[in-house]
Amino acid sequence: MTLLGAELLALIGTSAAPQTQLVTRRDIRKYSIATGQRQQRYLDGDEAPPMFHVALFWPVLPLSELAANGVAIDPLFPDVPGKRPMAGGLKIDFRLPLRPGDELTATRTLTNIYEKQGSSGSLVFVEVTMRVHNPQGELVLTEKTTRIMK
Amino acid sequence: MTAVPDLSCLEPGQELPVREFKAETVQLFLYNAALWNADRIHFDEPYTTRTETYPALVMAGPLLGDWLAQAANDWVGAAGRLCSFEYSNRRACYVGDTLRSVGKVRSVDAATGEVVLELAILNQKDEVTTPGTAVVRIGSV
Repeated sequence: MTLLGAELLALIGTSAAPQTQLVTRRDIRKYSIATGQRQQRYLDGDEAPPMFHVALFWPVLPLSELAANGVAIDPLFPDVPGKRPMAGGLKIDFRLPLRPGDELTATRTLTNIYEKQGSSGSLVFVEVTMRVHNPQGELVLTEKTTRIMK
Repeated sequence: MTAVPDLSCLEPGQELPVREFKAETVQLFLYNAALWNADRIHFDEPYTTRTETYPALVMAGPLLGDWLAQAANDWVGAAGRLCSFEYSNRRACYVGDTLRSVGKVRSVDAATGEVVLELAILNQKDEVTTPGTAVVRIGSV
């Protein structure tokens, strides 16, 4: 029996509105200190460490839009009946470095929903792909988030 | 920081330096503040332990991912660059845990300079919490 009805699968290909963010030295420095970076170019904010884009594109929502547990609901991740998120992971392809002054645009798309049989029942995998471009239209990085629901 | 890896001396199985991380509250707070992540399981201890029934404040998944990325990126250093990286959060980590990042060379392509690394965060019970893989390119970047 599959959990994934046609309505749910029809969401594959949906994109959120693109968002553009400015990379600043201050934000790189905060991120670098908070993650315990050891390379001086990151601590000085001359260049962003590899995972900085996670902070750069985290949704900045007003308090009224956060759930009671403080979580920002991601409208791209669909509700799957009877399933709760249990784990996840990221895959990132790095093309170009991020530096202060860069203005980057991220487009996030729901790229896949699929089901697998695990040892304790079925698991649902939801994939969201984020593509980040610079103003010249060059691809800076891609990130694929996989959320596993049980 | 470690010595720059020399492509001609690299072999599958070779280990990366181990780095220890103390999972603690101030760093966890600053990390989530840098993101604008207000998930209570990262800062609200009564909520986390009573309502969500976790044993302690939960470390943020992407912070563990960042630590793994650092293991690869710091190892390659100025000798090359991190091309791709993936990880999964398999098991939760908590404030108070003593974690460590480990890694080893899986394969070396001398022609392209591409080196595949197997990475993991382990906890104090030697359980793998966060496995990962990185591809780095050494030499011409």
